[in-house]
Amino acid sequence: MAYPKGKLSEEKVFKDPVHRYVHVRDALIWDLIGTREFQRLRRIKQLGTTYLTFHGAEHSRFNHSLGVYEIVRRIVDDVFKGRPEWDEGERELVLSAALLHDLGHGPFSHSFEKVFHLDHESFTRDIILGQTEVNEVLRRVSDDFPKHVAEVIAKTYQNKQVVSLISSQIDADRMDYLQRDAYYTGVSYGHFDMERILRVMRPREDQIVMKQSGMHAVEDYIMSRYQMYWQVYFHPVTRSAEVILTKILHRAKELHETGYIFTHAPVHFYSIFEGNVTTEDYIKLDESIVLFYFQAWEDEEDHVLADLCRRFMNRRLFQYTEFNPNEEMTKYFKLTALFKEAGIDPDYYLVVDSSSDLPYDFYRPGEEEERLPIHLLTQSGHIKELSRQSDIVDAISGKRRTDHKLYFPMDLIVDMSEKAEEKKAIMKLLGLG
Amino acid sequence: MLKEHAKLMKVFSESGEIVGRKKLQKMIYIAKKLDLPFYEKYDFHFYGPYSEELTLRIEELCNLGFLDEMKEKKGGYFQYRYSLTDNGKEFLDQCEVDMPDLKVLTQQMNEQSSRFLELVSTILYFDDLPKDEVKEKVFTIKSKQRYTDEEFEAALAYIDQLKELN
Repeated sequence: MAYPKGKLSEEKVFKDPVHRYVHVRDALIWDLIGTREFQRLRRIKQLGTTYLTFHGAEHSRFNHSLGVYEIVRRIVDDVFKGRPEWDEGERELVLSAALLHDLGHGPFSHSFEKVFHLDHESFTRDIILGQTEVNEVLRRVSDDFPKHVAEVIAKTYQNKQVVSLISSQIDADRMDYLQRDAYYTGVSYGHFDMERILRVMRPREDQIVMKQSGMHAVEDYIMSRYQMYWQVYFHPVTRSAEVILTKILHRAKELHETGYIFTHAPVHFYSIFEGNVTTEDYIKLDESIVLFYFQAWEDEEDHVLADLCRRFMNRRLFQYTEFNPNEEMTKYFKLTALFKEAGIDPDYYLVVDSSSDLPYDFYRPGEEEERLPIHLLTQSGHIKELSRQSDIVDAISGKRRTDHKLYFPMDLIVDMSEKAEEKKAIMKLLGLG
Repeated sequence: MLKEHAKLMKVFSESGEIVGRKKLQKMIYIAKKLDLPFYEKYDFHFYGPYSEELTLRIEELCNLGFLDEMKEKKGGYFQYRYSLTDNGKEFLDQCEVDMPDLKVLTQQMNEQSSRFLELVSTILYFDDLPKDEVKEKVFTIKSKQRYTDEEFEAALAYIDQLKELN
């Protein structure tokens, strides 16, 4: 079944710095963009705390979601249209899923999920299936259309071609965020020839494959992704801001649980603290709300909460040093003891943070890594796995890179004039003395 | 630090050796679905629910020397055996792991095949759907596994049994 309103009388366009224009002809897509749940994404930054490192990174999940939609639209309307192995009947479904794939992201998702054990994917599903404006629009297509959209996003939809366009090792989501994040951060990584990749994509049986002639463009995409992860996404300063953000949330939750009376009562957080957050509570929470509380909490009586909020709001972040957990666990335990002796709570001020990425992987039978590989389509019609054809990709395939850092407040350590012995020992252990 | 890692180590200390990455993935997912406090994030992959975060934690435990991983060739593929090392046991003794008793549950799951646990975890992944829809879903997206009606019913009965245990 199709959307009753069909096509718009005139095409709508959004100016976009990455794709130049985002084109909307379908009334379904236009109506989805107008829902309150989708508009909320304007108030959620795509890269969380990264703006504290790269000041340009203020772009939102709204921009990115439109970008993913536009890439998928180009694929299905310009590349796949008329190809016998692509089911034209899936067009509205895949476009809706592309647009809505990040709908359940909350403010600073990564930290919120970690502290409160939330899952943005489950909120995406709840918003799509619950009593929301998005659900109302989707149900105009058919009663089970919202369910199918949720299945595509959750990767449980039966047509794997549709799923692969939104989530696989080379999908519209990644192609948009790499270029968009590179543009807004201003880094020179993250650029690749997307037009070329789109032109060589082909639907085949239950997957999307790349014509072998486009292999070098795919190599470039894999390398861009690799560089963006280590230069932007895992930047140690961004991680420092995230460490502090996470600790603020922990502290606020802990204070709430112990009956502390906040000067600025965190009413928007109560259901999250108590583990009974509803979809509506969640939709109401955005970054403006979170930052409002952080600013208010700068004046709280609890000195840990106030200090952490001041650090976050005024970008007075923790310093860091390399940390090797395999060899330095004893050092960590010694530092914990010294921090306690110095009156600095190590639960909030001594943090090991780890980042890890696997740039590309292929499926090895029996190894249960469960990643769908990128397949190349040779001129003779055979399917070959990318890393078997590309030496560059082979060099980084299956190689996980992990980085551990130890974060600490340098200013508090420098101020430990009354605890000279402990200060000296801490500085020495941190490699600063 | 390593709080979530310690919970995983507790699973190995209670169940003994676990053979197969798939089995391990599914055991933790099932325990999580039974409301045990595991917080690894799961997505739906080839073999059902799969957590990249869990894979990473296991790799870290191996690197720390707390977990022993043995890779062995079995037919046309590789299989991995995991067990706690002496260092791991020592570390776990020093940790305060806030976790209900896992022994019976983990031993029960460890005795099952990974194929069966894959079915159980996939059913649990769709536990918000009515039974008929779950069955249709499992048979559609798991068509390559060729599960039978009997296996499906056995998996449902097994889930009930685990819930009672818990």
